[in-house]
Amino acid sequence: MTGQNSTPGIVASGVCKSFSAHLVLDNVNLTADEGSIFALLGPNGAGKTTMVRILSTLIPADSGSMQIAGHDVVGDPDGVRAHIGVTGQFSAVDNLLTGRENLRLMTDLRHLGREAGQRRITELLEQFDLTDAADKPLSVYSGGMRRRLDLAMTLVGQPSVIFLDEPTTGLDPASRLTMWQIVRQLSRSGVTILLTTQYLEEADQLADRIAVLDQGRIVAEGTPDELKRRIPGGHVRLHFAGPESLRSAAELLPAAAPDPDELVLQVPADGTVDSLRGLLDELHQARIDVERLSIHTPDLDDVFFAVTGGHVPEENPIAEGVAAR
Amino acid sequence: MTALAYTVSDSRVMLRRNLKHQLRYPSMTLMLVGMPIVFLLLFVYVFGGQLGAGLGAHLGRHAYLNYVVPGLLLITVASAVQGTSIMVAMDMTGGIIDRFRTMNIARASVLTGHVLGSLIQTLAAFGVLIGVAFGLGFDSSAGLLDWLAAIGILALFAFALIWLAVALGLAAKSVETASNTPMILILLPFFGSGFVATATMPAGLRQFAEYQPFTPVTDTVRALLTGAAVGHHAIAAIAWSVGIAALSYLWALRLYNRRRATEAH
Repeated sequence: MTGQNSTPGIVASGVCKSFSAHLVLDNVNLTADEGSIFALLGPNGAGKTTMVRILSTLIPADSGSMQIAGHDVVGDPDGVRAHIGVTGQFSAVDNLLTGRENLRLMTDLRHLGREAGQRRITELLEQFDLTDAADKPLSVYSGGMRRRLDLAMTLVGQPSVIFLDEPTTGLDPASRLTMWQIVRQLSRSGVTILLTTQYLEEADQLADRIAVLDQGRIVAEGTPDELKRRIPGGHVRLHFAGPESLRSAAELLPAAAPDPDELVLQVPADGTVDSLRGLLDELHQARIDVERLSIHTPDLDDVFFAVTGGHVPEENPIAEGVAAR
Repeated sequence: MTALAYTVSDSRVMLRRNLKHQLRYPSMTLMLVGMPIVFLLLFVYVFGGQLGAGLGAHLGRHAYLNYVVPGLLLITVASAVQGTSIMVAMDMTGGIIDRFRTMNIARASVLTGHVLGSLIQTLAAFGVLIGVAFGLGFDSSAGLLDWLAAIGILALFAFALIWLAVALGLAAKSVETASNTPMILILLPFFGSGFVATATMPAGLRQFAEYQPFTPVTDTVRALLTGAAVGHHAIAAIAWSVGIAALSYLWALRLYNRRRATEAH
């Protein structure tokens, strides 16, 4: 499972897919190195879910070639299935069974055998903090618990490549943090992870590489840092008590954009502590009083304005409806 | 393990899942098993006096009970397969089917689990119905072999209709549709020899009643349980069952694989 060779976990090239007349994926290429986390970032209807469904052998692509863990998706789907785990945005758990029974279903279908199966179940229940709820029916599980069970079921077969389709959508902040920790642990254990998300922060927190998907096309790709350099919009807003101090600050910081009506100066910044300290030091030395400040980090809108030439990401109910199932 | 051993193992796992579902969803299981019992009581105690008199002079409720049990066994089949259709549709509209499809498991084991689970449920429902019928005074001249043959014919027919119900459940866009479509099957024992002799029906309806699949199955079971000659009914019953099973199986498999190919819904 760990890297004895340099086979990338996921390679896809030239993937196209349309549903009736609607082009959902347009020549998508991506490569995720073994053991890395690759994030597919985009709004609803961008084609993220469709891409995951194609890579996980659920639906065929119209064209393109794909290899997962060295197995061809088209030519050897069962070989792919033996190496992957998929957790979709709709929970893939059996609601009429308990948590333990759901896991048992997976160990049986992975032919783990009785003892090895039990061991794996106990292990996963502990790892995902579900031991207390193991024998309760899923009707009493919270959203976060269901998502954790869902992921635990995915991990039963110890897949080397995992697809996580919007793993934190609909989760409360605490559950989201737990999920992030789990994803990081998985990655450290050598698993290749492809995750889709609408949240830049999530991609930034987790991913080694990010591809931005917009209307079926990858419009930007790179490491989080590479992408952020391409994205303006990260800035610090300095609020001043009067026009005097605003004017002196604007003179001091020529790159900034003053807003005299609101007495605000918008300074481009990458949001790091160092740059912030530098900025504050500079203001302090010039004896300019700043009333308060707020930090604005680039969000998905900024990414889209930056990499798509300014068109607003539109909701696409048709593509989403088809892609969601 | 060999490929066959994997198929058997996966199907067994899916069967166990299906049986657990039946236990965890007792309201539906009880409804499916209970409806034939309600019909039995209704037909014996409400209609039985008068319908029994129609069977011949000096005959009454008790004779009608003996007459109607095969009809109710077929109602049991029709009732049980409604559950099959619902369960299949619930599976297909839920998220877990995608998990199964991304796993390296025997492809048809999901469907096999449903079919075997429903068959077991139907056999259990036969047992309950026959038990209640005996409690009401049902008597039969049938020996063990006759009983086995009767249950065998019924099980074969149930197997066929279960595959039909699986296909209907796969074809349904929603669980509601899946629960409504098989309802027509409940009517067929009435438009046949289940409750009254087809000879008493008007022309047109009578021809339909005599040639639809429920009738030869009813007639075969009735002959076996009353010690009458089975005749050609059994051949027709088996032919219908095999035919329906084969066509439904192919239809179900096509629907299952097509969903996988296009996901069009």
